Amino acid sequence: MWQLLQIELYKIFRKPRTYISFGAIAAMVVIVQVALKFDGQSYIEFILGSLKDSLDIPFASILNGYFVCFVILNLLLIHIPLLIALVAGDEIAGEANMGTLRLLVSKPVSRTQLMLAKFTATVIYTGLLLAWMAFLSLALSIVLFGTNDLIVARSNALEIINRNDIMWRYLAAFAYATVALTTVASLAFLLSVFADNSIGPIVSTISIVIIFTILSELQIPLYDRTVKPYLFTSHMLGWKGFFYLKTDAEGISIPGTIENLPAVLKSMGILLSYIFLFTGSAIVVFKRKDILS
Amino acid sequence: MDVINVSHLCKQFGPLNAVTDLSFTVQEADVYGFLGQNGAGKSTTIRMLLTLIRPSGGEIELFGMNLRTHRAEILRQVGAVIERPDLYKYLSAYENLRLFAKMSGLQVNRTQLMDQLEMVGLATRAASKVKTYSQGMKQRLGIAIALIHNPQLVILDEPVNGLDPQGIADMRNLIMHLSRHLKKTVMVSSHLLNEMEQIATRMLIIDKGKKIVEGSVSELFDPAKTIVEVETTSIAAASEKIKQSNWASHLQPANGSRLVFQLHKNELAQLNKALVEMNIEVTGFTAGNSLEKYFLSLTGTNQHVAAFTN
Amino acid sequence: MKRILILSFVVTAFFCKAHAQAAALLVQQVKAKLDKVNDYEATGEMKTNVSFMKVPAAQVKVYFKKPGKIKIKNEKGISLVPKGTVSISLNNLLGERFQALDGGADMVNGIAVKVVKLLPLDENGEVVLSKLYIDEKNLLILKAKTTTRESGTNELEMSYGKFAAYALPDKIIFSFNTQDYKLPKGVTFDYDDGSQKKKDTATKESQRGKIEIAYSAYIINKGISDEVFK
Repeated sequence: MWQLLQIELYKIFRKPRTYISFGAIAAMVVIVQVALKFDGQSYIEFILGSLKDSLDIPFASILNGYFVCFVILNLLLIHIPLLIALVAGDEIAGEANMGTLRLLVSKPVSRTQLMLAKFTATVIYTGLLLAWMAFLSLALSIVLFGTNDLIVARSNALEIINRNDIMWRYLAAFAYATVALTTVASLAFLLSVFADNSIGPIVSTISIVIIFTILSELQIPLYDRTVKPYLFTSHMLGWKGFFYLKTDAEGISIPGTIENLPAVLKSMGILLSYIFLFTGSAIVVFKRKDILS
Repeated sequence: MDVINVSHLCKQFGPLNAVTDLSFTVQEADVYGFLGQNGAGKSTTIRMLLTLIRPSGGEIELFGMNLRTHRAEILRQVGAVIERPDLYKYLSAYENLRLFAKMSGLQVNRTQLMDQLEMVGLATRAASKVKTYSQGMKQRLGIAIALIHNPQLVILDEPVNGLDPQGIADMRNLIMHLSRHLKKTVMVSSHLLNEMEQIATRMLIIDKGKKIVEGSVSELFDPAKTIVEVETTSIAAASEKIKQSNWASHLQPANGSRLVFQLHKNELAQLNKALVEMNIEVTGFTAGNSLEKYFLSLTGTNQHVAAFTN
Repeated sequence: MKRILILSFVVTAFFCKAHAQAAALLVQQVKAKLDKVNDYEATGEMKTNVSFMKVPAAQVKVYFKKPGKIKIKNEKGISLVPKGTVSISLNNLLGERFQALDGGADMVNGIAVKVVKLLPLDENGEVVLSKLYIDEKNLLILKAKTTTRESGTNELEMSYGKFAAYALPDKIIFSFNTQDYKLPKGVTFDYDDGSQKKKDTATKESQRGKIEIAYSAYIINKGISDEVFK
């Protein structure tokens, strides 16, 4: 199994297409950092504009590395699924398209092992992509903008988090984001089993993510009650839960706490269930599939 | 020992019966020719042998072991080139070979890999990306990959497709080398019947998913025998007369508007005389022998394009 | 009967004037005590309780310089301080010209206080009315309610300890009106953990905010540069 995993990782990282994702993330992150470096105040005014008349806003302090990282994650974690689908959707369909799938499956390796190796390689790729993003969005932002407390803007509240209470939250958030994106990867992986060309699974995955995200974000009671709790996209934003703090009786936020940890863990559990469901289904279907390519 | 033993193999794709009740055996050291028209079921059968396709029914045994229960053990002894070999275009020949060697469970070093590439004449292009390769080079690399783990059974599905005459000759020599010197069992499916004629020791002909005939080449295809094609004004009437005569056993399925006979060469004159005595108006009479004629006589296919005659 | 009424009126007017004079005198005495402080730099812990803000307790520095400069700074982090914190300083409250009126007596945290109403003489000023709850014995303002044109009514509650001699509180609680805060969900992409709806209802009900500063140290009359207040 380890040998198979090495082979699959080797194939992923020898493909030029893989590096498009890393390059795209670097470009996107740097674009946001440059924009905020030159005109971060405008963005903060947009977020806190309604309070400008009643509160003294320390713009210079607010625009720090932790804030910039949060902005980047907020913007990019919606777009990253495309880059994940690019590799995950290619895992089986790409091999079928290239004609190499029949060679692989005729080797003395079980289909289950092959699929597990491929999926594990995809998960590792996802983790590395997130690590790259974490390095650029957090480490580089800290170098460029320094550190201070973090202001998190929710739709009806502002959270201020002490600078000493932030780093572990980001580590937890990136770990959560890895699980969230692995869910997307597992969906693309499943769809890849049904196709002989990777375009289909990639486009299908992105379409599903977009449609489900719209359903998740629409404030329509019909969907809120029936569909929303079961959509994996509703739980992909759970990483933000690490930046919502508990408050005491006086309304003062308590450092080191998470407002609703059970909800975050539940969301993570739901995502893990989807991963298990999609990957399991992919293996079951692939085991019975006739390889005609 | 039977290296391959297939019994009552079936495969359905929806309403289509791709393979129906197919049984055959491949013996050790055979060069086993697997012949059939396009869409006859050859590739489907080969893919079932390699577990790429799940049979709808029947049993497959290789090396005396059931394929369903001993898959990994069996496939360690099998090397295959399935149709045109598609490889990882973004990797070099060396990298492709090393990758597939590892997948076969081998720990190979650089020397072994280069020797394998040398054997197929690709050592000088080992570092080139496969996307720069010609079809013939890809075919040779496919062979190298199929043989890297020294399998006892080699399955080649249409190995000469896309090859130039030199390539075809090289492939023929390679197959004979595998069989005669390395004592491997080789199963080859091919359209190039004149090539198969030269190298096959046993053969199976299938049509529409069913076995037509199986046996040693010498039994099935006796060079002393000849195929006679007779053109008449009325094939139906002529056919009836022949069936009621002593020549009925020599009659093969008609080939379009021609009666087809298989008989010894020394019976040609007698047939000619018999046709005249039966008042069959003969408008054409051709005699000759080749695997192609034999194959066409068995599969009974109408020619899509009329034969060109000067 | 008529004579009794006239006599009652004269006596009442005498007493009212006397009370008003007494109120003005009390305020002057309190102001004199406050005027001993030209400037100070205070260290304290600030707790912010605003309906739409979740803020941890912060270590802050409060700077004051006569006649009316005041600045709250969080040097190690971010604090969002309401504009109009000028009201946080009592020194500023008593800095303008005003008419003092007797407002009777009351109790604040179990201490008997005199209530004095201050009407600013400047009709165009920001402050419309101030109400002071003064501990007469110690000449300390325990509570101040200020009604302003722009920001509604603010309330300042003080408790004193070791800095009472300078009329500088150990703790102040500043209550003020807040505006609603909302951003579209399409911008913030909030994580919905299923409990949001309860919070939304709660938010609408209370539009008051509170800042509590517990002072741990004052550096008094050592001089402060004007740069600090920029």
